[in-house]
Amino acid sequence: MSSLPLAVARRRHRRGVRHTLDVRVSPYAYVAPFLLLFCAFGLFPLAYTAWVSLHDWTLLSDEHAFVGAANYATLLADGYFWNAVFNTLSIGVLSTAPQLVLAIWLAHLLNRPLRFQTLFRVSLLLPNVTSVVAVVVIFSQLFGRDFGLINWVLSWFGAGAVDWAAGTATSHVALSTMIMWRWTGYNALIFLAAMQAVPRELYEAATLDGASGFTQLRRITLPMIRPTIVFVVVVSTIGAMQIIAEPLLFSASTGAGGVGASGGPDRQYQTLALFVYEQGFTKFDFGYAAAASWLMFVAVVLVAGINYLITRRMRGGLA
Amino acid sequence: MPPRLHRVAVPLLTACLLTLATACGGGGGDTAGTAAKPGEKIKLTVGLFGDFGFKPLYEEYRKTHPNIEITENVTQFNDHHNNLVKRLATNAGADDIEAVEVGYISTFTAQPAKFYDLKQYGLDKRQGEYLDWKWQQGLSKQGGQLLGLGTDVGGLAMCYRKDLFAKAGLPTDRTEVAALWPTWEKYIETGRKFAAAGVAGAKFVDSPGEIFRAMVNQAPTGLYDDQDQIIVGSNPAVKQAWDLSNQLTSEKLTAKLAAFTPPWNTGFAKGSFATIICPAWMTGFIQEQAKDAAGKWDIATVPGGSGNSGGSHLMIPRQSKHPKEAAELIDFLTSKENQAKVFKEEGTFPSIPALYDDPSIQSFTKPFFGDAPIGKIYSAAAKALKPQHLGPKEAEVRVAIGNGLGRVEQGKQTPDQAWAQVLEDVKKIK
Repeated sequence: MSSLPLAVARRRHRRGVRHTLDVRVSPYAYVAPFLLLFCAFGLFPLAYTAWVSLHDWTLLSDEHAFVGAANYATLLADGYFWNAVFNTLSIGVLSTAPQLVLAIWLAHLLNRPLRFQTLFRVSLLLPNVTSVVAVVVIFSQLFGRDFGLINWVLSWFGAGAVDWAAGTATSHVALSTMIMWRWTGYNALIFLAAMQAVPRELYEAATLDGASGFTQLRRITLPMIRPTIVFVVVVSTIGAMQIIAEPLLFSASTGAGGVGASGGPDRQYQTLALFVYEQGFTKFDFGYAAAASWLMFVAVVLVAGINYLITRRMRGGLA
Repeated sequence: MPPRLHRVAVPLLTACLLTLATACGGGGGDTAGTAAKPGEKIKLTVGLFGDFGFKPLYEEYRKTHPNIEITENVTQFNDHHNNLVKRLATNAGADDIEAVEVGYISTFTAQPAKFYDLKQYGLDKRQGEYLDWKWQQGLSKQGGQLLGLGTDVGGLAMCYRKDLFAKAGLPTDRTEVAALWPTWEKYIETGRKFAAAGVAGAKFVDSPGEIFRAMVNQAPTGLYDDQDQIIVGSNPAVKQAWDLSNQLTSEKLTAKLAAFTPPWNTGFAKGSFATIICPAWMTGFIQEQAKDAAGKWDIATVPGGSGNSGGSHLMIPRQSKHPKEAAELIDFLTSKENQAKVFKEEGTFPSIPALYDDPSIQSFTKPFFGDAPIGKIYSAAAKALKPQHLGPKEAEVRVAIGNGLGRVEQGKQTPDQAWAQVLEDVKKIK
């Protein structure tokens, strides 16, 4: 007769084990797909790139000699690498700073009862859904030296033809314009979403007190959406560190240095990512390119880290 | 093995091997080379850069080979060759037949393990037909294997705009024009005259880049010596070409339009330059780009004697599943008759010397170029050709020099500064 309670106990015990298993293991099972994908496409390439960067590794040969940190040493002494760092920062600042100001202004304009609201919002996003190739091809024509629209307009004011792609500053301006064209509207929408969460009463009270639109933007809107601003700043800086398509296509579609991926004959607009591409995929020096991409990764982490510190500070200030 | 087991085991084993091979990312299992059963549909892909004029030939080929289906993949010049390197390295994605330009041919013939030896398919029978140096370029470095069969050669000539020459008060007849520039110095002198006449909106030449390439190609040795050492810094012919090219820039004779870029195409349509270096294949380009300019372009001989610029080979990567059929197609596409056909359509000049005296080539003229006897001009150029040894990183060296010329053209450096940087850049090329 004693077998019945035993069976019950066993069953209960089994259920208990199953329950603990469920509680302990299931969460891991649920996140496993992400982790697996992350390992395969995030972690593994990262580690493998580090491994490759320690070798004399070219695509053209099957032998890869271990060279230690030699690639990094060469890289840190390579003027072209530092030139790319400078260009990346320059284009990054030139494109991000005006872009954010413009985006906030656009969002502010749209953050009021308007007719055809959806139409305006959709049209903000349109440049972002356009393919980057189309954008660069069109803008390269606008910035053309001989038959470009911009030079034509400038000529009304007696300005000579500007060779946009040739100069360092001018090419950076041209590239920043393309980046701004694509991302301003997108960022404006994010700002707009944040602005709509700001309580209406604040504006009503301010209006009663006689505050102008600009004062309201400065004193109410901006402080209230500060976390969003920081988020957008961080995301834009990370994006700016990785610019490659614009300069690559710009050099192919303007006459200036259509050869290779050097970003102009004087490397005047070669960004870090383009430098990596040039070393890896036109010179096939994978070891060197891997070392460069690791340093680029470090740079992105640094910039993101600095921004994280600012974020914490600003949140503290708001709370 | 009992038949039933065999039927199951073989596909299973193949599947396992294939999965393994892909999983390892290029284990390099040589599963290809199996002969197709008769009547089976076979798809062949042909990877080209630009229009080779092969399309009508595919149609013709299909009539005699109904089971072969041919797809052509065309990418841009630089992308095409870079992609091919990547695809060979990852052992996936290459076409059954890949075109390789002469600037890259040594890069690929240095890797004989990545391509089929065409001798295996009996294509060494074609040796007698070819220009010897063109044939040699398709051999592996050690000489044992035949890796590529030549399509065309780029014998040099100079194309010029008759209407612009007339405006500048220069002769327009092609023999008189040729007499203007027996040497490159005389060519520059003609440019000076052209510039002095002040033809609105037109410069003498598109850009110094292709001119530089042509000048180097005319020398007995170019960027490499016979031992595959880069001799850019020590070869006086290279320095001379550099100086002459920069002279074009400093005398403001160039339209600053780099070849094969969109502004260059616009320049063609607008008539922004009066002369352009014209390897045979360039005639096809001009015809395509300057459709409205029919009858305005003409062709004269090139300054400084003959040389070769460009030209291609067709190769079969090891990845191809149908090397035998691909080899047959290459044999067809490069046959004597078809090279002649392609020349008449597309302008790319044959690499088979027997054709050069062929009456149909000798008498061939093109209305677009004012009925210029292009058959005669390019035959003469090809016959006078002195072959030059090309090294494995030819293309990369050319890019470094091209960027140097560009820096001078954009006014960023003096020719001497740019040359110093070119030598530094070239030194880094491994």
